[in-house]
Amino acid sequence: MAQETQDAIQNPIIRVRDITVQFGSTRVLDGLNLDVKRGEILGFVGPSGAGKSVLTRTIIGLVPKVAGSIEVFGVDLDSSSTSQRRNVERRWGVLFQQGALFSSLTVRQNIQFPMREYLRVSQRLMDEITMAKLAMVGLKPEVAERFPSELSGGMIKRVALARALSLDPDLVFLDEPTSGLDPIGAGDFDELVRTLQRTLGLTVFMVTHDLDSLYTACDRIAVLGNGKIIAAGSIADMQASQHPWLRQYFHGKRARAVMS
Amino acid sequence: MNGDPKLERIAKGNALALCATGTWTASFAPVLERMVADAEKLAGGPQSIFIDVSEVAKLDTFGAWLIERLRRSLTQGPVEAQIAGLSANYSSLVDEVRRVRATPVIETSTITITGMLEQIGRTVVGLAGTVAGLVDMLGAVLAAVGRVLIHPRSFRLTSTVHHMEQVCWRAVPIIVLITFLIGCIIAQQGIFHFRRFGADIFVVDMLGVLVLREIGVLLVAIMVAGRSGSAYTAELGSMKMREEIDALRTMGFDPIEVLVLPRMLALVLALPILAFLGAMAALYGGGLVAWLYGGVDPEAFLLRLRDAISIDHFIVGMVKAPVMAAVIGIVACVEGLAVQGSAESLGQHTTASVVKGIFFVIVMDGVFAIFFASIGM
Repeated sequence: MAQETQDAIQNPIIRVRDITVQFGSTRVLDGLNLDVKRGEILGFVGPSGAGKSVLTRTIIGLVPKVAGSIEVFGVDLDSSSTSQRRNVERRWGVLFQQGALFSSLTVRQNIQFPMREYLRVSQRLMDEITMAKLAMVGLKPEVAERFPSELSGGMIKRVALARALSLDPDLVFLDEPTSGLDPIGAGDFDELVRTLQRTLGLTVFMVTHDLDSLYTACDRIAVLGNGKIIAAGSIADMQASQHPWLRQYFHGKRARAVMS
Repeated sequence: MNGDPKLERIAKGNALALCATGTWTASFAPVLERMVADAEKLAGGPQSIFIDVSEVAKLDTFGAWLIERLRRSLTQGPVEAQIAGLSANYSSLVDEVRRVRATPVIETSTITITGMLEQIGRTVVGLAGTVAGLVDMLGAVLAAVGRVLIHPRSFRLTSTVHHMEQVCWRAVPIIVLITFLIGCIIAQQGIFHFRRFGADIFVVDMLGVLVLREIGVLLVAIMVAGRSGSAYTAELGSMKMREEIDALRTMGFDPIEVLVLPRMLALVLALPILAFLGAMAALYGGGLVAWLYGGVDPEAFLLRLRDAISIDHFIVGMVKAPVMAAVIGIVACVEGLAVQGSAESLGQHTTASVVKGIFFVIVMDGVFAIFFASIGM
């Protein structure tokens, strides 16, 4: 058992090797390699349209790849059986860019949806956990009975996060989680991600454009460009990099404002 | 270290310690819930209670909440239950769930007689609302037509042509196929039954009148309601859901003029064309069956057709077509613009669009039948 734990720490939780994704004749990802370590918060940046969301969607299996392999929790997703895959899916949560809440279910039903499928727990416990999740993402209990169409953009993000976290996953994918949140809300959100990572040993894969999030929440940053990872490392490494896009990104006006 | 969760009771002097061990996570939630429910029965005792969590191997929100739930139910009157041995790792999680307020009561709707009566009342009022909505849309479309007549440049030709292609050109194969088959069936049934009276040839009269006056246009209208009415509702509905219609409005465009009018016009032009093609296909199918099955050769068929039907029959059929198209279009657009935020609502309104569209088409057909009978056509 101890050996297993040791392995788990050393092996990356996501191992992406030589991934190539193509839409028609446009090659979006070209032989990309990426490791995400257990327990870290990886911030994933890159210019708009570089394929950040495509990579996320490829890892979670929504976009077919032309070549390469993806391992999550040590399971190769191409050669895994259905039950293995189900098991992996149960251990990750995904926050989509637009929230992707089920529009015909209330907030409470949305959050309980994965619980109902995967766990056998009483309605009372599900309701209580729902309230706990709502409180964790900073929403009032009254929101529970509302429908997604009655929520503001920021609230949708929060509910979507609560749903992504509803099974207490080991790994969460956040696709631009703080876009559309007010700065205070975004700051709280970063803090929340940090807290969850500390308490639950959560691994976070976060696509973001929010420099504040990169500085305050992320342990490591990976940069996507030309279909490859052009740099990966701590924020200090990023600032030291001579790559033109990185220089512009981390030494631009906005970056200086965040730094000061 | 990992393993099944347990909650052991250990008496320590006059205090009771509940030792939680093992994995307190979501996967074990049913077991945990039962254990916690058991332990909750200890509430009300005189001793002070500690919940010792130092041996817990793994804790998540589910486990943390259940421990918190236990603590709350054991805290009664002067006795306060406490959580002890919390590791630094998990303390923030437990703090987090401690802030959670007790679950608010979730209202469950119960079915009562008054509730059912209320529902019936609301539906009836809703029917009046439906008619008002249709009249409203008719007015808005006519106003838009008026505006376009005054400023012809604001007319959206490209959009109209696009919708013509969708509802007319692309519908031709299926409409022609189905009306052809219906024509065949009518002729076959007619010959089969008329033959007993030796009145085979009258099948031509029946086919001509039925197809040109009623079946041709009615069948085509019903198919168009199912095919294009539903598409209109779904298009407008999803545009409504994504706030595209609001965006149009804020840019100073009238959604009726931009979205509804081209669709309506396309449908009003398409239905007579389709009805005509449908009628021809049905006559052709009927003629074919009359020849192959009934032995009425094409020459005799055409001769008899010329005698049996007048241009009136054809006019009656054609006059109905644009009116039915307008009804289908208005119903579809009203339903589309009534879609609310959810996918379910989109489905409901699309269904309603087709059902109401077909209903109104048949009602209109009845009204026309009375009208033409009274003017002697």
